[in-house]
Amino acid sequence: MPHISIQNLNVFYGKQPALRDITVDIPDHKITAIIGPSGCGKTTLLKSLNRLTDLYDEVGTNGQVLIDGDDINGPKANVLELRKKLGYLSQRPFPLPMSIYDNITFGPRIHRMKRLKSLSRLGDFIRLHQVENFDLEQALEEGARKKKGASDLLVEFYLRLAGLWDEVKDRLGAPASRLSIGQQQRLALARTLAVEPEIILADEPTSALDPLSATLIERQFQALKQNYSIIIVTHILRQARRIADYVLFMYLGELVEYGPAEEIFHAPKDPRTKAYLSGEIS
Amino acid sequence: MRRQIIEEKIFKALMIASLATVFLALLAIIVIIVARGAKAMSIDMIIKLPEGGYYLGKGGGVANAIVGSLLLTGGASIISLALALPIAFALQREYIPRRIARVTRLALDVLWGTPSIVYGAFGFVIMVYLGIGASLLGGIIALSLLMLPIMTRAMEEIIRMVPMQLKEISYSLGTTRLETTFSVVLRQALPGVCTAAMLAFGRGIGDAASILFTAGYTDSIPQALDEPVASLPLAVFFQILTPLPAVQDRAYASALILLLVVLLVNLVARLLSARFSRNIIK
Amino acid sequence: MKRRMAKDTLTGWSMKAAVLFANLLVFLVALGLLYKARPILASKSLGHLLTSSSWHPLKGEFGFYPFIVGTVEATLLSMVLAVPMCLLAAIYLAEYAPRRLRESAHIVIDLMAGIPSVIYGLFGIIVVVPIVREIGLALGKQNTGYTLLSGGVILAIMVAPVIISVTMEVLRSVPAEARETALALGITRWAAIKHVVLRHSMHGVLSAIVLGFARAFGETIAVMMVIGNVARIPRSVFDPAYPLPALIANNYGEMMSVPLYDSALMLAALILLLVVGGFHLVAHVILYRIEKRW
Repeated sequence: MPHISIQNLNVFYGKQPALRDITVDIPDHKITAIIGPSGCGKTTLLKSLNRLTDLYDEVGTNGQVLIDGDDINGPKANVLELRKKLGYLSQRPFPLPMSIYDNITFGPRIHRMKRLKSLSRLGDFIRLHQVENFDLEQALEEGARKKKGASDLLVEFYLRLAGLWDEVKDRLGAPASRLSIGQQQRLALARTLAVEPEIILADEPTSALDPLSATLIERQFQALKQNYSIIIVTHILRQARRIADYVLFMYLGELVEYGPAEEIFHAPKDPRTKAYLSGEIS
Repeated sequence: MRRQIIEEKIFKALMIASLATVFLALLAIIVIIVARGAKAMSIDMIIKLPEGGYYLGKGGGVANAIVGSLLLTGGASIISLALALPIAFALQREYIPRRIARVTRLALDVLWGTPSIVYGAFGFVIMVYLGIGASLLGGIIALSLLMLPIMTRAMEEIIRMVPMQLKEISYSLGTTRLETTFSVVLRQALPGVCTAAMLAFGRGIGDAASILFTAGYTDSIPQALDEPVASLPLAVFFQILTPLPAVQDRAYASALILLLVVLLVNLVARLLSARFSRNIIK
Repeated sequence: MKRRMAKDTLTGWSMKAAVLFANLLVFLVALGLLYKARPILASKSLGHLLTSSSWHPLKGEFGFYPFIVGTVEATLLSMVLAVPMCLLAAIYLAEYAPRRLRESAHIVIDLMAGIPSVIYGLFGIIVVVPIVREIGLALGKQNTGYTLLSGGVILAIMVAPVIISVTMEVLRSVPAEARETALALGITRWAAIKHVVLRHSMHGVLSAIVLGFARAFGETIAVMMVIGNVARIPRSVFDPAYPLPALIANNYGEMMSVPLYDSALMLAALILLLVVGGFHLVAHVILYRIEKRW
């Protein structure tokens, strides 16, 4: 059973349908790209997975989204758990109005995560990941000597995981708003990972970034897919070709075609997909 | 065509003259109050209570009114703040439907426009109902009613400017409305919230009509909530009504103190908002 | 997790209760005043109270007519003085003024709005009253300077920040395209303002004036310091007048010792609330429409 299974999902803005009868399973530990012309419902689909659509009282939903077998809109669903499980990266990175350091610890603190306090638990957790140029044992030793060792190490770990550590390690107390926009997006990634999601939802995460930062983010995604399932909305076809393992093509609120990236890009079946890929509609 | 141009020239001259008149009116008010107030101004005016025969031109000052005004407005600020913040936060779309928020905004606008003498009269009705006389408590009640809509409406305008995307990001980390409101929205809106509180404080400390029959007047500093209390606006008002020029001069000096307090509050509000904007996302 | 949710629900409900309180407050104030005003409404008809000119509390006669006339005349006078000037100033600031001037004007206007009434009143006593007396005497009218005109002038200064700031906001909300289309026809800026911008924003400008009117109608301390407070219908602007708010403020001391007096004053406060509240309601609904918030 895949993490995410969407069955007959319909979403409305008022009476206007935004998503029509979407049914699809999202494969685990892959990068799934949702592509399609703007206004086709890509972002709406993404936001109905972690129920951000709840924030807008004019949005109505029916159909099922099963995450690990549970209907996220069901009566027993816990929206806080759900959102913790599904990390989210927005189009424009908004740092929380606090320091770089606090941006990372915000989620763990809210969820009272034990790893924020206990070095040994944190160490066990970090061992599950591969981080380049990072001597964990030495960091643990150093952390044991400090008062806030665990939380310091947690911040360092996630900043390294998002590829931002070297750029900010000397100014962790500075307001996050002073970072460049590319750095802010990597900070957003670190902040998202810090609540230990299993799935990452990314809404055109590179569209506001310069090409260099965009490449950095793409590279992080490639590295992260061993541990996470990633869904990325993108309107840049080349980006989808570069990083996607699996592709959903949407048009006017409908899911037109989906499948492994190879198939969609090289042998699309639906004429609308063909037209989009060849640039006739955009 | 020429007629059009001449017409524009005439009207432009009239406009500039009008604007200059308005500016000059403010300038004249400040210059005249400062000039007349400075004459009777002394350190005694600020630090001393009225002594025997003060209203016949003998020694003393209006320390009772200064302290009284601070007590009244300080107390009313605390009460207004305790109500204004929750109301302003509740007007976000996560808490109540936008239709109700609009009606509430309208109600607050009507309350904002309600003459302060009406709040004075209503405060008096409450005091009769509670069985208390003109006192610090009565004044605080009337003044809170006056300040509440000003504070709430100003705060709400600020809170509404917090970008929805920023809130989405906080919610996507699995936070509750309360956690997002306090950790993200309040932080982001803090400079504006402080300015709103100071704005209301400035309006409250200058108002005379609401406390005229709710706070009373006394030459001493009240020791309890049920004792009458003096205030700067009423000190000005009562002293100018006396026939003695020496006492009238003190009305001008009291007015100068009041004006300086109001200007100071304005200045502090601006500085505060600069001080707190360190972490703000623009 | 459960505790976090419970906290959220609990605070959510108490915040909604605070919103309910804010909405009820308007009615609470009105009902409280009505409750106290009932005795006088029971003794005389409202029509009689509003149209009678006889104000003799000791004899039990409470005719509000002179006070209502005093309020309305002082307010109208202030509008006549303030509106043209404020609109011209606001048009200049919104349409012609460079950004720096507009920003500093904002500070000046905020400052003006924040100056306490008593200070406006003092300014009236020092500057306006003597000038009005000289003018009156020059025109052959015996007067003390404490007149309807002085009240009108002071009110005009006090409503200026309201009218100017609301008008400016309304004018600036007119889309730039409307202006550009007009200017593209080769007419002057003023002609574009007259024919396009003002037509576009007529309702908003009207609301600004209504808000100014409401502000003047309820103003108490500053007016009563300069307007003379004589309960007679003024025959010219050089006669004293006695507005409703001043009536309430001046007599709170005696009101408890004379029967029905307190009731009459609370009725006056209720009238003020209803008139001013009504004006605000209308003006704000129009302004919300302009902002497309409804």
